[in-house]
Amino acid sequence: MNRRDVGIVRTGSANLASVAAAFSRLGASVRFVEDAAAVRSADFLTLPGVGSFSAARAGLRAKRLDDAIRQRVNAQRPTLGICLGLQLLAARSVEAEEAGRTNNIGLGVLPVDVVPLPSSVTLPQLGWNAVTADAGCQILQSGTAYFAHSFALSAEPPGWAHATTTHGIRYVSAVERGPVVACQFHPELSGAWGASLLRRWIDTSKNIEVFTPEGRPSC
Amino acid sequence: MLVASSQPNSKSTPAATGLLRRVIPCLDVAGGRIVKGVRFAGLRDAGDPVERAAKYARDGADEIVMLDVSATPEQRATSVETVERVRSVLDIPITVGGGVRSDEDAARLLSAGADKVAVNSAAVRDPRLLTRLAQRFGRQCVVLSLDATRRLPKKWAVVVRSGTNTTAIDALDWATQATALGAGEVLLTSFDRDGTRCGYDLALLRAVSSRVNVPVIASGGAATPAHLVDAFGAGACAALAASLFHDDDYTVSEVKSCLRQAGVGVRS
Repeated sequence: MNRRDVGIVRTGSANLASVAAAFSRLGASVRFVEDAAAVRSADFLTLPGVGSFSAARAGLRAKRLDDAIRQRVNAQRPTLGICLGLQLLAARSVEAEEAGRTNNIGLGVLPVDVVPLPSSVTLPQLGWNAVTADAGCQILQSGTAYFAHSFALSAEPPGWAHATTTHGIRYVSAVERGPVVACQFHPELSGAWGASLLRRWIDTSKNIEVFTPEGRPSC
Repeated sequence: MLVASSQPNSKSTPAATGLLRRVIPCLDVAGGRIVKGVRFAGLRDAGDPVERAAKYARDGADEIVMLDVSATPEQRATSVETVERVRSVLDIPITVGGGVRSDEDAARLLSAGADKVAVNSAAVRDPRLLTRLAQRFGRQCVVLSLDATRRLPKKWAVVVRSGTNTTAIDALDWATQATALGAGEVLLTSFDRDGTRCGYDLALLRAVSSRVNVPVIASGGAATPAHLVDAFGAGACAALAASLFHDDDYTVSEVKSCLRQAGVGVRS
């Protein structure tokens, strides 16, 4: 089997060591990616992220990665968003608005917003919770995942298979369309179940026949 | 209908959640080795942190806490390297605390592979440290490590500098203030119970859990699975234990099956 190259986007605020270690354990070769050319050329791209939406969003914009990531996702090339990396794909975030920041507009790949979880439950949600994948999912599966967040997607994005989780409310905790997957939870911290998800993303993605608008195979 | 409202949720509806209670083995580490003492003193060697952390993860630990209890700069110099070694083998969250004095200390530990950092004395000295860390890394990364000692039946004081200094600060007020400033979790250690094996300080747990909306980790005094059951009954979201696991009195999976029998929702 070929050694898989996984590019991990360095947004400036994220802790990347856990993600890098998880892919290394799977035998992938990992490199950190900071420019648009590398985002375009990576066979597999992970957009991780912890911290605030507006800071991460500003980081992407400063490095001019917005269009490159958007194009990858729209061209159905293997891309994985984790935690804030999922939220950055949405249309806009209430988190950034509440902070009075202008960087509240996401990449718009997912036509839904990012809203707070209800304050009737413990926040942030820190810990393990059930993920229930719908029948359309190929890479996502039901199981128990580790979460660390206070905000979540507002609704199911149309055209995406999804998984749900309940914390005060039932919300969309992961989405998938072809080889593009985005999870609110942390697969890299979700034990053997999380490692198997990362493994499926790498293994399934290479078998999904995807063509760019020019008709060339994109991966 | 699957829509998270952007309106504040009504508190009248019961808070449904599938969130499970966490069991967290704690490694007190110095000079690249595990050490364990009673009431923060009398440290003895208890093994290799990487080996131990991996065993706990295999046994079903939900998270690992590593506290750097180094007494010398030479010992402390190894702590980043220890985090790196543990990270490379571990696929569950790692919280690192002990000696985190600045934004840069936290940044170093996070880039070495910690998922959360716990801050204790430095936050008492400079509470704004919590805000700076939350702004830079997100509040889900920032754990307030609160060591408390009982002064009156329902009053506790904050202890700092590894238990060598009792302050006049009220522990409940400090928990409230620190979470407002940016702490996303409270690691609540009873200084009186630490290492004594007579159970968590449940009154302290109840008092802090009812004051803050962030998760509270119970710490200090656990010797049996029943102690963990009690902690969850008192409002803890997670329960931490060190010697209970180090001395192989119980494995993590044995503790979890006791919890399950007692009706506590834990990850299998």
